[in-house]
Amino acid sequence: MDNLQLTVGPILFHWPEAEIVDFYARLADEAPVDHVVVGEVVCSKRLPFYEDALPGVIERLQRGGKRVSLTSLALPTLVRERKAANELFATGLDVELSDLSAMGAIADAGFSVGPLINVYNEATLGFLARKGARSVCLPPELPYASVKALAEAGAALGVNVEVWGYGRAPLAISARCYHARVRGLSKDSCQFACGADKDGLDVRTIDGRDFLAVNGVQTLSHAYVNLIGDLAQLAAAKVNSVRLSPHSHDFVGVTKDFRAGVEGGLTPQEALVRARSREPGATFSHGFLLGDYGAQPLSVA
Amino acid sequence: MTSLELVCPAGTPAALRVAVDAGAHTIYCGYNDETNARNFPGLNFSREELAEGIAYAHKRKAKVLVAINTFPRAGGLPLWHRAVDDAARFGADAVILADLGLLDYAAEQHRGGPLRLHLSVQAAAANAEAINFYAAAFGVKRVVLPRVLTVPEIAAINQGTDVETEVFVFGGLCVMAEGRCSLSSYATGKSPNMNGACSPASHVEYKEANGRLESRLGGFAIHAVDRTAAAPYPTICKGYFQAGDYRGHVFEDPSSLDAAELIPKLAEAGVTALKIEGRQRSRAYVEAVVRSFRKAVDAYAAGRPIDANELVALTEGQKTTSGAYRKTWR
Repeated sequence: MDNLQLTVGPILFHWPEAEIVDFYARLADEAPVDHVVVGEVVCSKRLPFYEDALPGVIERLQRGGKRVSLTSLALPTLVRERKAANELFATGLDVELSDLSAMGAIADAGFSVGPLINVYNEATLGFLARKGARSVCLPPELPYASVKALAEAGAALGVNVEVWGYGRAPLAISARCYHARVRGLSKDSCQFACGADKDGLDVRTIDGRDFLAVNGVQTLSHAYVNLIGDLAQLAAAKVNSVRLSPHSHDFVGVTKDFRAGVEGGLTPQEALVRARSREPGATFSHGFLLGDYGAQPLSVA
Repeated sequence: MTSLELVCPAGTPAALRVAVDAGAHTIYCGYNDETNARNFPGLNFSREELAEGIAYAHKRKAKVLVAINTFPRAGGLPLWHRAVDDAARFGADAVILADLGLLDYAAEQHRGGPLRLHLSVQAAAANAEAINFYAAAFGVKRVVLPRVLTVPEIAAINQGTDVETEVFVFGGLCVMAEGRCSLSSYATGKSPNMNGACSPASHVEYKEANGRLESRLGGFAIHAVDRTAAAPYPTICKGYFQAGDYRGHVFEDPSSLDAAELIPKLAEAGVTALKIEGRQRSRAYVEAVVRSFRKAVDAYAAGRPIDANELVALTEGQKTTSGAYRKTWR
């Protein structure tokens, strides 16, 4: 299964600039990954806090031998947000689309498609391939049968097919900011409430059960998707790469575990035990891939 | 004053007839399978019913739009292709689609024919650039706008595109960008995008706990009310949760959308059509809402004031909101 590549997705959370810079410096130096997607997906209001650091981050990652892509915003509505996609393509770097409004701006050299774009079937994959898509990260809710069919279609089309392999799954995006709402603020005067929660704000049911996590305008799963025990199956399905979504604890450790998993150096059981130490307190799930409900917990037998 | 097109839901052939008779300019409906985003048991149209419904509406100068707005399953495309081809064969005025691959199929197969392509709200095209992409790629003639936009944003969209816009004015309110929400499949495995079901009844249970009545979805407690009160349906985004010190409706209050009083502003913003949500609603509800909105639309066209209070009785005791159309909602 060492044909599986590892991609680090964009940071979904509002981390301070210094932590972002440090996170990518460590990735550049220590993480055995092939590809890193940087930039802001969730909220354009966060970008001014760290955008000046991005050129340095990108250069550092490239020096570390990583391929770098830039992501577009998930829900651009303001004029400046809508223009931002053009600016991304002007950098000459690969751009990963998180919304189809950037289709008018796509470069001749092609583009990538992120997990927030609905690619559910081979016809959509084929359409995007004809438009120049070179890589597609599938929506996290897809079951294995769909992943397999799409990976086979991708192989025939020459499109890299990636799956969401690790991290809280993006479940919804809204125009409303929930971090602001639960603090009695509005989106326009949010005071950057989302910065208080490094991995999102836990949302529990009234009877105290973990359920979701709020990240500004985004809603994530409470459980961390973790497909480290499913790598052989993904490789067998001709999936090309696995996406690891950044979290605040030992994320470099997570990338090393996945590398060891891909190289066959870890049994799924060992991998899961290690995963627990990397992100203490996290619950893991692979319910979407099983075609079961997404929240179904993954247990170490 | 402009005349706005009133687009009304029909979950059954009887509701279609009632809506047409009550003054709907246009009806939207779907097949009784996973090709439409309101795939509920006992709802929607067989092929024969759809053909008859279209004939009934056309005889009375009303249009019929067929919603085929789920995202086809990998390996399962023929079901969705047949849905489009049959709608064309029965003389539907338009199909409402969301999936890129299906739009591509419909644009190729029915190029130059009378079948119009409308972009479903499930495609979540929320700005002029996205809409213009769908128009250029597939010849989409109308877009149903997500319920996440303000009136000024809708006006800006209409200035930036020649594609007609249709907006929701009454009924259920999605707080998430539609077609981009997996909350339901996270809790139940049933997804609006794949199965056409959000918070499906098959996964709902009502349970007494600690003297309270809980409504649960997929085992997750979504609401709890006093034992004597009516338990609300457990739609995740309207649920009551804890987040840090906050206890309450994290995403949205259990309210429904009523933008009747915004009809003049929406018209000024360049909107072509007003859409009423509720294919799952009863015939009586559809009739009352359609009649009332037709009155409002006619009043606006004639330059008369709109009586917006009339519809409150129809919202089943729920609070109503004008949703994201007003910016403070965010």
